[in-house]
Amino acid sequence: MAQEIHGMVEKRGAGLWLTHVFMILGVLIIFFPIWLAFVASTITQPEIVRPPMPLWPGDQLWENYSKALFSGVNVPVATMLVNSLVMAVGIAVGKIVISLLSAFAIVYFRFPGRNIFFWMIFLTLMLPVEVRIVPTYEVVAGFGMLNSYGGLIFPLIASATATFLFRQFFLTIPDELAEAARVDGASPMRFFWDIVVPMSRTNIAALFVILFIYGWNQYLWPLLITTDPEMNTIVMGIKQMFPSGDDVAEWPVIMATSILAMIPPVIVVVSMQRLFIRGLVDSEK
Amino acid sequence: MEKRVTFRGWWLPALLIAPQVLVSAVFFFYPAGQAIWQSLFIPDPFGLSSQFVGLGNFEFLLGDRFYRASFGTTAVFSILVTLCSMIPALFLAVMADRLIKGSGVYRTMLIWPYAVAPAIAGVLWLFMFNTRVGVVSWYLGNLGYDWNHVLNGGEAMGLVVVASAWGRISYNFLFFFAALQAVPRSVIEAAAIDGARFWKRFWTIVLPLLSPTTFFLLVVNIVYSFFETFGVIHTITSGGPQQSTTVLVYKVFSDGFVGQDLGSSSAQSVILLVVVGLLTIVQFKFVEKRVHY
Repeated sequence: MAQEIHGMVEKRGAGLWLTHVFMILGVLIIFFPIWLAFVASTITQPEIVRPPMPLWPGDQLWENYSKALFSGVNVPVATMLVNSLVMAVGIAVGKIVISLLSAFAIVYFRFPGRNIFFWMIFLTLMLPVEVRIVPTYEVVAGFGMLNSYGGLIFPLIASATATFLFRQFFLTIPDELAEAARVDGASPMRFFWDIVVPMSRTNIAALFVILFIYGWNQYLWPLLITTDPEMNTIVMGIKQMFPSGDDVAEWPVIMATSILAMIPPVIVVVSMQRLFIRGLVDSEK
Repeated sequence: MEKRVTFRGWWLPALLIAPQVLVSAVFFFYPAGQAIWQSLFIPDPFGLSSQFVGLGNFEFLLGDRFYRASFGTTAVFSILVTLCSMIPALFLAVMADRLIKGSGVYRTMLIWPYAVAPAIAGVLWLFMFNTRVGVVSWYLGNLGYDWNHVLNGGEAMGLVVVASAWGRISYNFLFFFAALQAVPRSVIEAAAIDGARFWKRFWTIVLPLLSPTTFFLLVVNIVYSFFETFGVIHTITSGGPQQSTTVLVYKVFSDGFVGQDLGSSSAQSVILLVVVGLLTIVQFKFVEKRVHY
């Protein structure tokens, strides 16, 4: 009986094939822009500027990628990759560390002004950096942090999403654990290191994935504060590779750069799929 | 919710919370305060002094034809991005949910675009529709359609919408798929026994059960299209042609950094602040409700 009902709900035969056909079509359409970029990164400039370009990869892969990586247009793409990596890891680690500490303080202590701090942090959820760009730029310039990693990282960790996530999670840690730690005479920091941090491992990892992508994919902020090509990140650097005026863009190199720009985040997302989905669902809730 | 068991002392928690408070104060509260303050002034053309104008900047903005047009552009843009990313995502999620095997493989493939930065997505779509070398625009030309998003505002809007919606399809797919998997099988089977066919079941049972997810995604996608699509617009159209793709966030940037009109740019920031505030309230109200489901 159960099997008959199963058959009524999940499609078999022709319906099943049709479903697969739709899925494959969907994947192909969604993948097409990436495929085209990959093909363009393996052929020569003349093949691209005389449309239509081929839809199957050519033999120029090594030439285009080594040209992008080691000479680039304004600056070698390898340099931009390093900058992006420092920025993304800096934002992820920085935000996780300061949020773990402040969430621990808010949840496990009663201190004067605790609620004020809580609401202060809450407010920072509301205003993305895009909205306060001009004054934030002035602050960073005032500190002499233009064209520096500090200037790239700090303004983007001034937001409270992670603090909220950790607060929610800490509230679910059984009180008995803190009680036991207190009875044993363990200091708060010892409790933090030996109990709270190890218990938050999965949350930390999930958040790392989300924040890494967030940091890697930043565009407007690096565009404003890195005027020196040596400090460009790869995502904002691509636009700088287009010539101004009527010159023809060096498409194979630009497309090789866009493929290079998506490899690290794609590897992170696909290899840590479970953590990624968990982090996504948690951080948006 | 509060902890019953807490630790004593005040200097340790103060020390723990200090880094976050410091970073927020310097890079968030001070600049946000500056934005509100500057929105009340008009700097003179040499930037030497500024004159207090009260709400003058706001009055000017609300009367400004270009600013009002930018509001309209933003509305059209965010509605289109939201629809173009949610409908295909829902369709793919429904299809993936029908599969007993293999949905994991499709999911892995469909996650990819989420990892692609909006600015990179912009470059990819610009390449396909480039007026000189683009493959799609070339084939369109062969079919007799002369694609030119550099001159045609409608085509420019279409292109930035598709490029912005593309990466969001992955995101929405993940949420819809998770929600579909959570729909109780027994309900579906009961309807199937009563003779309801697939699409009938979908419209009358599944879609209503998805409404919390759908509403959540609506808000999140609107927020996304407001604030995170700057990269797409900057790489593809730079707000043109004739400001036809200048959304509000793009205008804050172009008036503040390109036009150096700090008073107006700050006033625009403040208006956006109010808009985000409203959207956030809607989102939180909804999250509270969702907890009871």
